[in-house]
Parts: sequence; C-alpha cells; structure tokens
Amino acid sequence: MSTVFIALQANEETRPIIEAIEIDNPAAVVNRQPAMVKIDAEGSLVIRKATIEEQLGRSFDLQELHINLITLTGHVEEDDDSLTLSWNS
Amino acid sequence: MDMKVAKKKLGLKEKYRTMTRDLGWEPSYHSKDELFPYVGYEGIKIHDWDKWEDPFRLTMDAYWKYQAEKERKFYAIIDAHAQNNGHLNLTDARYLSALKIFLQAISPGEYAAHRGFARVGREFPGVGPQVACQMQAIDEIRHAQTQVHAMSNYNRYYNGFHAFADQRDRIWYTSVARSFFDDSMSAGPFEFMIAIGFSFEYVLTNLLFVPFMSGAAYNGDMATVTFGFSAQSDEARHMTLGLEVIKFILEQDPDNLPIVQNWIDKWFWRGFRVLGLVSTMMDYMLPKRVMSWREAWEIYGVENGGALFKDLARYGITPPKGWDDAGKAIDHMSHQFMLGLYQWSFGTAFHAWIPSDDDMRWLSAKYPDTFDTYYRPRWEHIKKMAAAGTPFKNYGLAKLCQTCQLPCVFTEPDDPTLTCHRETDYKEHKYHFCSDGCQHVFENEPEKYIQAWLPMPQLFQDPVNGDLGEWMKWVSLLDGKDNGDYADSEDKKNFEVWRGLATTNQ
Repeated sequence: MSTVFIALQANEETRPIIEAIEIDNPAAVVNRQPAMVKIDAEGSLVIRKATIEEQLGRSFDLQELHINLITLTGHVEEDDDSLTLSWNS
Repeated sequence: MDMKVAKKKLGLKEKYRTMTRDLGWEPSYHSKDELFPYVGYEGIKIHDWDKWEDPFRLTMDAYWKYQAEKERKFYAIIDAHAQNNGHLNLTDARYLSALKIFLQAISPGEYAAHRGFARVGREFPGVGPQVACQMQAIDEIRHAQTQVHAMSNYNRYYNGFHAFADQRDRIWYTSVARSFFDDSMSAGPFEFMIAIGFSFEYVLTNLLFVPFMSGAAYNGDMATVTFGFSAQSDEARHMTLGLEVIKFILEQDPDNLPIVQNWIDKWFWRGFRVLGLVSTMMDYMLPKRVMSWREAWEIYGVENGGALFKDLARYGITPPKGWDDAGKAIDHMSHQFMLGLYQWSFGTAFHAWIPSDDDMRWLSAKYPDTFDTYYRPRWEHIKKMAAAGTPFKNYGLAKLCQTCQLPCVFTEPDDPTLTCHRETDYKEHKYHFCSDGCQHVFENEPEKYIQAWLPMPQLFQDPVNGDLGEWMKWVSLLDGKDNGDYADSEDKKNFEVWRGLATTNQ
C-alpha cells in the first residue's frame, strides 16, 4: 500500500489534534520536525471530530484544520464527523 | 417564558450544496456557448459539470472566516519580527540569497497564478470549479502580498530586495519562472488547471514550500516561516483541487486521457526545471541545512509522486515522460546550478559563494556517488583562483534553452561528463534546448515558443545595446552591492557589525 500523510504546524492548537490522530491511527508514524509535524500512514488515515473534541475539551469544527494545515496527500473524503485520506491502490 | 430553540445547523454536505451549487443558474439571454467560449477548443469533453466534487466542501462564508484568522496570525508575527530586530536572529546573512531568489522569481509567480485562476474561474461553466477557482485566485494574491510584505522588513537592511518588480520583468534568471507562468496563462483553461492545479501544486509544490519553510525555521527566519505557513495552509486545498480536477476530467470521457497525459508530460518537466533552483537553496544556500535535495526528492518526489501515479494508473495515466530523466538528474543538478550561479554572480541580484570545507564535507556525505568525483575538484580549483586574486568569472553569455530559459548547464542523463544540448531547426532558425524534455515541449507547439522573450537577445536591443553597465541600470541591479561573491559583500559586513552590536555593549 502507498503511504498517505498530513503535515500540521507545530503549535498549541495542533497538539491535541495530533494526539487525537495518534489515538485513531495507532499504526501511523509521527515525525516531529522544526515547526512542523508530519504524520505518515500506510494506505489511509482518519481524523475524527469526536476524538479531537475529547483531547481539546471544547467543540471543534473539522474545517478549523485549514488554519494549521501544511500539506497532505491522497484522496480527501470529508463530512461533519471525520476526514479521511486514502489511496485507491 | 419562551424556550430558546436551537436553530438547526446545516450539515457540511447540505451547506455546500446550498451555498455553492445553488449559486448557479441557467442563462436565458445568451447561450452557454457564448458565455463560455474557451471551454471547447482544447478538445476536452465534459458531459456533466455537476459531477464535480469539492472534497473539502468549503463555502465562501467559512473561507473568509478562516482566511481572516490566518491573516491575524500572520501579522501578529510579522509585527513581532519587525519590533524585535528579527533579522539579526538569522544563522548567517548568506541565507538571504534564498529569500531574494524567492522574492524575485516565486512571489511574482503567485501573482501570475492569481490572474490565471481568476480567468479560468470565469471560463469554466460549472459552479463547483468556479467557486474553487475564485478561492484559489484570492489565495494567490494574498500569498504575493504577504510575501512582499514579510520580505520588505529585510529590504530596510540588506541589498537585493529593492527592485523585485523590475527584475521579475527584466533580469535573466527570473524569466525561468516568468515564462513558466506566462506559458500556463496563455494556454486554454483545462491546460492551465493541469499545469498549475495538478502538475505544479500537487506533484511539485511540496518540494518548494515544505523544505523552504523548514529551512527558514532552521535558520532563524521567523518572517518567512510565517508567510510560508500562511501560504501553505492554502496549498493543501489547492492540491486537493488539483487532484479533483484530474479525476473529474478523466472520468468524464475516455477521449480526454491522451490530451491530459500530454499536458502532464509537458508540465511536469517545465515544473521540474523551475524548481531546480530550490535544489541550490537546499544544498548550498541554507547555512543550517534541513535535508539535501536528494532526500527531499525521495520523500516528495519518489514516494509521494510514485503513490499518486500508481493511483491514477486506473485511468490509464502513466508517470510523466521526463520522470526517469528527472531521477537521474537529482544527484547533479544543485551542483551544476550553483557553479553556474557563482560564475555569473556579477549579473545576479543575490550573492553566490564558494562552499566552505565544512559545506563540502556535508555535500560529500549527502552525494557520495557524485560530489567528490565531479564537483569537488571544480570548487577546489575555483577556490584556488579566488585565493590567487583571480576569481573565476564567466563574462560570456549563457546559451539559454528556448523552452525553460535556463542556461544549458546540465549534463546528459547517462553521462555526467558531457553537456546536454539539443537543437531543432524551425522556419529557417535554429533553437537550442537543455534537455530532451524541453525539446519535446517545443516541438509539440513551436509557434508558441518561437515567440518567447529571452533575456540574452534583449541584451543587444534598445536600450541596452550590448553594454553591461546599461544592462545593470535597466534591470535595477546595483553593481558592487546587489551582486557578486558573498565573501566581499556589504550584506556580510553589515550583518556581522549589527550582530556584534546586538550581542555586545560596544
């Protein structure tokens, strides 16, 4: 399977988001680089609103991700509750 | 007592449908063909524009909200940078050469992309792409403005930042990026989308922005980290649009495949040549390096590009024609470029330099198969010439490739000791190329590329007429300030003095 990834700015807003991604994707590899965090996952990666809200302690609109997003790869499937990145092959 | 009833909020999909699709209408005064005259001539067949999906489902109201927040974050940091002498936190003023190239060549490209997306947003008949292109057009002008604004802080103290607009139009090396964007803007709307939306944004932009921002972070440049991040937060959306475009076109009609493949071949190679300048930044210009160009190519080219083309294989798409030649060039291009920039540094509005012994050790380790064999001996020779008081300067004019407009400094894909040179005769003239890729692009559309403005022929026309001093005036290059070896520059002297003042009580 090909690897998908998402990279976020390293800051206070993304810390709980990254923790949530780690909880929902235990096999994902988190690379911490200066000022940015890049998360790689085989095949697909899911980001769930409910898990982020638990880590954050407040309600969270998934589109807030746009503010701290650096880059991503793969097909994006987004609805109110989750955002999934995946490759078809 | 009235109970407060919570208003039912629209779900993401409903909201997108209401606030995007419902903005469209069927024209009644004019036919669709009259309204959208350029959508057919490239041969792309679209049967149902409603099949267009925006995976992020971003609506205009949410767009303004998040963009405003990005701007607030950006200006908070830019103000702090200016108020706290942020420029003295740089690792070294050599780093500024990378910024100057960015300002002169890349920021005007953002502006060009703004114009391009504003145009194609008008020319596509579907509401989905109209809205997505409008957002991207506004993003791109925001990028140009925030970049110019962030770098204006360096213009107060350092040379080479003062005339980027003149240099965008007139100096030789910026014509590489300019011709790339002009080429895309003068193509049809679908080709523009494949050129900028897919090939540049999706396949190559990670190689530009991600190492550039990390490079800024490693080298203490808070201003650039900030504009880079602010721009990059839009890029993820642009990349998703680029991937959506290609899937949409290919799913609409099987006849679209060969047209799209031809554009991918062309724009991958055009983009690869433009981004070659980034290789010098990563391997030579960052005093504190992030990763080598080779390592960045492995992550964002081989791994990510490989996954992408494997995925698109179900539509019949194959990796771009120049993919293998690009792979063979990776271990050579930054060295060949930097040797060129050094020998022509009298004509650049940024500084070049001879790598130090430490730098060369790093380059040997990162390029074990090529650096010591092919490039170290040249740098050692150049170093001796500089030490003897006879620095190597090439006052000859570079032969430029008719397509990418770079000097023909590259070698044959399979022989790094032989300069690569191709030529084509067309209508009684001879045209030169740096590579098979650029020659193919020309031969597919010769009538377009014979019209290219090339900086070298311009040298012999009014108002320059072959005079180097006149040329410098015309391109707003201040001789002895903006150009030449970093070792002898005002930037070096000033940075050291100011940093000394900042860290002592003298």
